[in-house]
Amino acid sequence: MTSKEQRGIYIHIPFCARKCVYCDFLSAPRPDTVVRAYFDALIREIRMTSREETEYGPVSTVFFGGGTPGLVPAAFIARVLSALRENFDIRQDAEITLETNPGLMDEQKLSAWRAAGVNRLSMGAQSFDDRELRLLGRIHTAAQVREGFALARKAGFDNINIDLMEALPGQDIRSLQKNLEALTALSPEHVSVYSLILEDGTYLAEHLPEFPPLPGEDAERAMYWHSVRFLEKRGYRQYEISNFAKPGRACLHNVSYWERREYLGLGLGASSLRRETRITNTQDLSEYLRFTELTDIRKDVTHLTRQDAQAEFFYLGLRKKEGVSLDEFRDAFGADPLAIYGPVLVKHRKDGTLGEDGGRIFLTRRGLDVSNYILCDFLP
Amino acid sequence: MSDLSEDIRQDHIRNFCIIAHIDHGKSTLADRIIEKTGLLTKREMQDQVLDNMDLERERGITIKAQTVRIIYNAKDGDEYILNLIDTPGHVDFNYEVSRALAACDGAVLIVDASQGIEAQTLGNYYLAMEHDLEVVPVINKIDLPSAEPERVKQEIEDVIGLDCTDVPLISAKNGINIDQVLEQIVHRIPAPSGDRNKPLQCLIFDSLYDSYKGVIVFVRVFEGTVKKGTRIRFMATEAEEEVVEVGYFGPGQFIPCEELRAGMVGYITASIKNVRDTRVGDTVTDAQRPCDKPLPGYRKVTPMVYCGLYPADGAKYPDLRDALEKLQLNDASLQYEPETSAALGFGFRCGFLGLLHLDVIQERLEREYGLDLVTTAPGVIYKVIKTDGSVMMLTNPSNMPDPSEITEMQEPIVSAEIMVTKDYVGQIMKLCQERRGVYNGMEYIEANRALLKYDLPLNEIIYDFFDALKSRSRGYASFDYEFKDYEPSKLVKLDILVNKEQVDALSFIVWAGSAEERGRKMCQKLKEEIPRQLFEIPIQAAIGSRIIARETVKALRKDVLAKCYGGDISRKKKLLEKQKEGKKRMRQIGNVEIPQKAFMSVLKLDDE
Repeated sequence: MTSKEQRGIYIHIPFCARKCVYCDFLSAPRPDTVVRAYFDALIREIRMTSREETEYGPVSTVFFGGGTPGLVPAAFIARVLSALRENFDIRQDAEITLETNPGLMDEQKLSAWRAAGVNRLSMGAQSFDDRELRLLGRIHTAAQVREGFALARKAGFDNINIDLMEALPGQDIRSLQKNLEALTALSPEHVSVYSLILEDGTYLAEHLPEFPPLPGEDAERAMYWHSVRFLEKRGYRQYEISNFAKPGRACLHNVSYWERREYLGLGLGASSLRRETRITNTQDLSEYLRFTELTDIRKDVTHLTRQDAQAEFFYLGLRKKEGVSLDEFRDAFGADPLAIYGPVLVKHRKDGTLGEDGGRIFLTRRGLDVSNYILCDFLP
Repeated sequence: MSDLSEDIRQDHIRNFCIIAHIDHGKSTLADRIIEKTGLLTKREMQDQVLDNMDLERERGITIKAQTVRIIYNAKDGDEYILNLIDTPGHVDFNYEVSRALAACDGAVLIVDASQGIEAQTLGNYYLAMEHDLEVVPVINKIDLPSAEPERVKQEIEDVIGLDCTDVPLISAKNGINIDQVLEQIVHRIPAPSGDRNKPLQCLIFDSLYDSYKGVIVFVRVFEGTVKKGTRIRFMATEAEEEVVEVGYFGPGQFIPCEELRAGMVGYITASIKNVRDTRVGDTVTDAQRPCDKPLPGYRKVTPMVYCGLYPADGAKYPDLRDALEKLQLNDASLQYEPETSAALGFGFRCGFLGLLHLDVIQERLEREYGLDLVTTAPGVIYKVIKTDGSVMMLTNPSNMPDPSEITEMQEPIVSAEIMVTKDYVGQIMKLCQERRGVYNGMEYIEANRALLKYDLPLNEIIYDFFDALKSRSRGYASFDYEFKDYEPSKLVKLDILVNKEQVDALSFIVWAGSAEERGRKMCQKLKEEIPRQLFEIPIQAAIGSRIIARETVKALRKDVLAKCYGGDISRKKKLLEKQKEGKKRMRQIGNVEIPQKAFMSVLKLDDE
């Protein structure tokens, strides 16, 4: 299948200036010495992995995610990228993305990133309303988003994503509309719109009564569809549940997850897919810092059965707007998808949650609203 | 074979039981008696050796009667054989209690030194009197700060009329004055009568299935002698077998002996495969030299409460059948027959003595046999008089004939006795009226306590009556009942429609007067239990074609995980797996997925 052609590398940077109220990701503020030690360990992991993965051919996407990769000195990012080039075949035209907080973008950093080879930025703006930003515990302001964006353009970044959150506490369609207008005024190449999800253990979940009320389900869906319509009108095509791009600007790295292309995840808690095996690294920082063998940090190693892989084909692929191709399934597995998923497909088509067109199966608008309810039926 | 049976003098045997209101200390006293007689060291004693099923110990009640033979060296210097016959302690097992009592010559009646006489104290005492037992009263828990032995003595003399001059004041828990109890058993309870040379006449008071010995029959020999090789006949079931072994009950074990003679208590094995051939209350006689007539009091035990049991996983149907078969080997009162439900697939309609019995069986199936069960709402057996004159015993609401074919419906009525302190009489009378009770009078047992008598429809008390009784009397009321009669009643079948489709497993029969309220509550309950799905789901209650209540489960609006972080697919997969598991625990009815526990929800309708 296509996973042979395009490969990716994900680098996790688990540091941030301060934890946001809604965040349950693997990230926290840390002293400089720890950050330094972390990069030493990361370089070691890159080297050791390359010795194990001698066949890992041309890499077309690299993604620095976090946390806040933009927080650490740009030299650290450069060091990682040169280590990657030394140890892997990184394509000349590879898409190299770095996530950053808009408040951390200055001229020096931007040009250093650029010089190191970063050619795509992902800015975690989340909102253009300072009151909302404060509420979320973000460290930046709306003005800083605009400034940061302008500086990035000046530094030569012509491929920029902006993240926006919706269904924020106290938010309604009108305030969302203002955010969308402010965002599209900047005309980034790519937009991600995420619904705020209340995760257990987060500050928000534990202090909910102190916040304005979260929008209800109906309001949230209305906001979601409002965003979709708004962005499409402005020339952003939705290619995945939460992602929108101008033509030709979809994030290749992101798409590769849904198309089950291979990727190596390096760093704390990072995940890989390689030879039909999913590996997740340890989430324990001290364990990561002192590892000697790769097996010390590979905590979760799951070999996918044929059934698992077939299920993934559907439940990951259906997140794409265009859905999945039945022919691709046949090519990948040498099996008839209808013989395996016939009843599930028929049921959901009857319910109006799945559609079919030209040999592709996709979530309908209604199906998209309740996608988990549909996708779980593809599990073995 | 150790055999002392030749040495045993009939006049040195005492056959007795211990009777008490629940929690007055029956099992604890049994432990102490066994301990005192020296057959077991303290270390060997499991707590409450008589209740040997896990479940019984957890619930603190005795379900299967156990029996033990002990040797007591009395103060007169003689050695006595004491056969302690244990009795089940719950109203569901009244008949079994009566047979155990019939095997005895006397009874030790325990009364709690603080609580005094309770409903079951009286009930048990009257039962003992019916069997002409010599009753030895004992006042227990005298070590408690709230103990009032003098008041309780007076109460026993006034209410029951037993002489309490030298009543033992004991603490079974702390082993105080247990020897006084043993002395009174020896001196006040008569030795068994009977003639070892007469034709054999034994009463079956219990039986047990053992995978090596087959059915082990517990008997009291009234006349004659039984030994290995005797060809015996079970008079009610007419089964005949040759005796393989006779013996008596050591603590926790069966000890074979040469023969059992008139007056003795012991067991018989005879390669009997089916416990149903050995019904409790039946008389065993010698097939070659039978006795004239069976012992009185035998009756075939009939279940009072029925429900459907279905395996949660349809593929486990054979496992459920095997498990029920095995349980029935030990429990002749459990009945089952296969049935099918459109909603639940293949399962069994099972009959139980009462709701506790149902609970115990259900828990044993789940715990001992690892089965995940779906249980439908329990109901009683209704009598349907059809227009063609035939009579139908209705155990499954789905089988109720069309109303046009019914002349009359009848429901089982029980006579209940409720003992309650004066302050709560009003509350309890109100409760009984709500449950369609017919007042049969009230007696004041003493100045502060009344015995209320009501006739109540069984279907009004099988669910939560006991709980309601306790909550409305702050735990002070106690309750006993027995089946009385079938009486005509206006009953209707309430059907539940989920998304316009009738769900057979949710139908139940209800008194017409409360049908609307029950229907409304049922719909509300189901609305809580059924998770939202893709479309709106109407839930309706109907009598025939008339809809009497409706609720709606709103359509699922949003179930989407937007963020997928750093290629961490396993996190997303776990979420989907959890969701899939949830779906597996549902039953597909038409388009709708109904959680298994919803089928039991009718039980919880009266929560207030």
